[in-house]
Amino acid sequence: MIELRVNGVARKFDGDPEMPMLWYLRDELDLTGTKFGCGMGLCGACTIHLNGNAVRSCQTSLQNAAGKNITTIEGLSTSHSHPVQKAWKEGNVPQCGYCQSGQIMQAAALLKQKPKPTDHDIDEAMAGNICRCGTYQRIRAAIKVAAGVKA
Amino acid sequence: MNTQNITRIDVSRRGFLGAIFSAGALVLGAPLFVSEEALAAEVNPAKTPWFPTVYLGVQPNGDVIIVAHRSEMGTGIRTSLPMVAADELDVEWSRVRVEQALGDKKYGSQDTDGSNSIRSFYDPLRIAGATAKAMLIGAAAAKWSVPAGECKATKGFVTHGSSKASYGDLASSASHQPLPKPETLKFKSPAEYRYVGKGVPIVDLDDLVSGHGVFGMDAKMPGMVYASIEHPPVIGGELKSADDSETLQVRGVKQTVQIERFKGTYGFQPLGGVAVIADNTWAAMQGRKKLKVAWDLGPNANYDSDSFRAELTATARKPCKAVRNVGDVDAAFAAAAKTHEAEYYTPLLAHAPMEPPAAVAEFKNGKVEIWTATQNPQAVQDTVSQVLGIKPEDVACHVTLLGGAFGRKSKPDYAAEAALLSKKVGKPVKVVWSREDDVKFDYYHSTAAMYLKAAIDANGKPSAWLQRSVFPPIFSTFDSNTVYGDLEMGLGWNDVPFDIPNHRAENGPATAHVRIGWMRSVANVYHAFAVQSFLDELAAAANRDRVEYFLDVLGPARTIDLGPTAADTAEKYPLETARVRRVLETVADKSGWASKKSTPGHGYGIAVHRSFLTYVAAVVEVKVDAQGKVSIPRVDIALDTGKVINPDRVRSQFEGAAVFGTSIAMMGEITAKDGRIQQSNFNNYLVARMPEAPYETHIHIVNSDAPPAGVGEPGVPVMAPAIANAIFAATGKRIRELPIRKQKLV
Repeated sequence: MIELRVNGVARKFDGDPEMPMLWYLRDELDLTGTKFGCGMGLCGACTIHLNGNAVRSCQTSLQNAAGKNITTIEGLSTSHSHPVQKAWKEGNVPQCGYCQSGQIMQAAALLKQKPKPTDHDIDEAMAGNICRCGTYQRIRAAIKVAAGVKA
Repeated sequence: MNTQNITRIDVSRRGFLGAIFSAGALVLGAPLFVSEEALAAEVNPAKTPWFPTVYLGVQPNGDVIIVAHRSEMGTGIRTSLPMVAADELDVEWSRVRVEQALGDKKYGSQDTDGSNSIRSFYDPLRIAGATAKAMLIGAAAAKWSVPAGECKATKGFVTHGSSKASYGDLASSASHQPLPKPETLKFKSPAEYRYVGKGVPIVDLDDLVSGHGVFGMDAKMPGMVYASIEHPPVIGGELKSADDSETLQVRGVKQTVQIERFKGTYGFQPLGGVAVIADNTWAAMQGRKKLKVAWDLGPNANYDSDSFRAELTATARKPCKAVRNVGDVDAAFAAAAKTHEAEYYTPLLAHAPMEPPAAVAEFKNGKVEIWTATQNPQAVQDTVSQVLGIKPEDVACHVTLLGGAFGRKSKPDYAAEAALLSKKVGKPVKVVWSREDDVKFDYYHSTAAMYLKAAIDANGKPSAWLQRSVFPPIFSTFDSNTVYGDLEMGLGWNDVPFDIPNHRAENGPATAHVRIGWMRSVANVYHAFAVQSFLDELAAAANRDRVEYFLDVLGPARTIDLGPTAADTAEKYPLETARVRRVLETVADKSGWASKKSTPGHGYGIAVHRSFLTYVAAVVEVKVDAQGKVSIPRVDIALDTGKVINPDRVRSQFEGAAVFGTSIAMMGEITAKDGRIQQSNFNNYLVARMPEAPYETHIHIVNSDAPPAGVGEPGVPVMAPAIANAIFAATGKRIRELPIRKQKLV
């Protein structure tokens, strides 16, 4: 039996311990804000926080998450008020929106580590998150707004 | 405009609408203007009946509900079309609710591609809004016994002197008002618009930043099981045998189901294979890895993209079918003192939307209900009905949000798989394609070989121009005997707007060995790459400024007759060289072209292309470092798309097109060996990430009163030639094939 906390709620799981968090969140807990994009840790659409750090949930098995605190996009803030979410809305970042949960989770983790990121920091942190609609320019701008640094 | 096809809908008799609108609501249908807008490749306008397509309702509580019948895949169309109706109706945006329509032929075409939604529905939605407003005014006038002409309607209220009534209070009586005569309808002037031309944030914004948007991948039905499908590795292959004994040992796997391959030409039918059915997606995928499957690989087992490229190139070196012929190219070449020729090549590409194909379906009592991310819910109905042998109207297709699409999700093979499996399993089934499935079994953007030749006069200008294009055509997906790309000729090939006395465009035959589809901007991508690169080659040979040279070759202001293939768009959307000139001059001005001088390792390139009736020019700045690594500090794009409804969404589409075009130019390539696609995921099918994307893209919208044209696609084609021309300016290395990452630049 694996025990973990998801968005502050204690959970128990007795299925395949090799199952990635991605599918546990989506299929078992119905937390579908965490997206499937590649299954190989290549695109970042499934990014969640594990004890506050951004990880790819498709590469994080249930046994790796045992005893840990998991935060998904649904649990990032109450009433969608995280500074990153607010900046995202202010800048009208999303197009199709599918990758944006992962982008926002990645950006939120970045700002926790580096509250005033440089362009280079942003490139490094966000290079693992693909957006096929091509919203990168607005993502970069929104991160700077959330961080309160100059564009 | 025409209002004769506005129809009043009796809510009580319309099951679907009855579910959305309250009794007593005023509900109007607006007609579809297919005949004015249809592209040559689409429906025959003469045979298209008038359909009520877009429904606008005023609820008794004053809420206005607009049914979006086009698919939301990131363009903002779920917001921009309702804005138009809300503005004419003059209602507060906060009172508007958008409901997504099911697939139904009563809407006319719901196929959300061809950058067509605003073009086709701008006028119908204005009419719907203005008609509703007139009827609300009529109801108020009757109530107060005053002339309708003395009443005003604004922000959800009708007023007359001190009398005031809300739209909601008037809705019920308005529904008994006579339909206004077309000539009496009053439309707002542009200055009166509150939303059109100004814009509002997309209606899904809050959901999309909080994980609450529901995509096809997120759809669920009670009691559903999950399926992962092993397809034949080569298109047209068939299952010989399958051993699922180890699969069935995997925890959570319930059963396996064989799926028959398509019959005849594949169209949108399933590819066939073996589906693993399980309690969750992970178990289905794990079980699939344990399958032992033998295939008959079929007729495409020897397909090799390298040798196929040689075939295409050889075809392009010989005379092909002329699709446009002005003057006498052969005589001009024979008499020319100087000629220039070049060959260009572009590979197959995959759409790779971030959301892989997914659908959930339930077959019950001979009917099917489906939730899926589709650009074309009616194609879902048709394909499922074809595959299951039931009527299209017995297939209910709910359209979710689309996690990117780019044309892939116009082809509903995955939805048909879900329906077929549900029938066989007896439960709702959710089909989830992996990224590998998506990359290996796409309807690919076609590969193309192009040959261009010009005769050069004493001033360095082309006096004759020959262009040949050879590619497996899209229509081969529906008729395997098709080898010529008639549809693709109007996409950047027979519509090149140059002022050259001898000009011939040709198309050569090619047989498809994979499923060919349409991807954002379609054949414009490779055609603009060849034409705009070749023009740059001629300018370079003449040692002339690119902008000045391009304008010289473009010639005097005139309207170009594109002949019968463009007859249906020619009147409303003539090809005007003055508009080409304007976007070129605008982008040159805004980018500071005149003061930007290319130096070794740092170059500027320009390209201009009209597609989907929108004029676009781009200036791209590149840096090429000592290792040959390319970066793109800045892109400027000027566009003339006629009237703009939602300017921020227009900008976002062109910003995105700059990135999509960068992926195509620099990175994307699908190859095949022994009939098998060699790429599988984002580690070998490369797309632009943040550091590789243009650092900043500036969008310059040219003011225009012309009818609204396409937005989703036309930003893409200029990118590859503008990047390639910039790299030439920086390095002297001429790019004649894509992707550029495979070229040695230093």
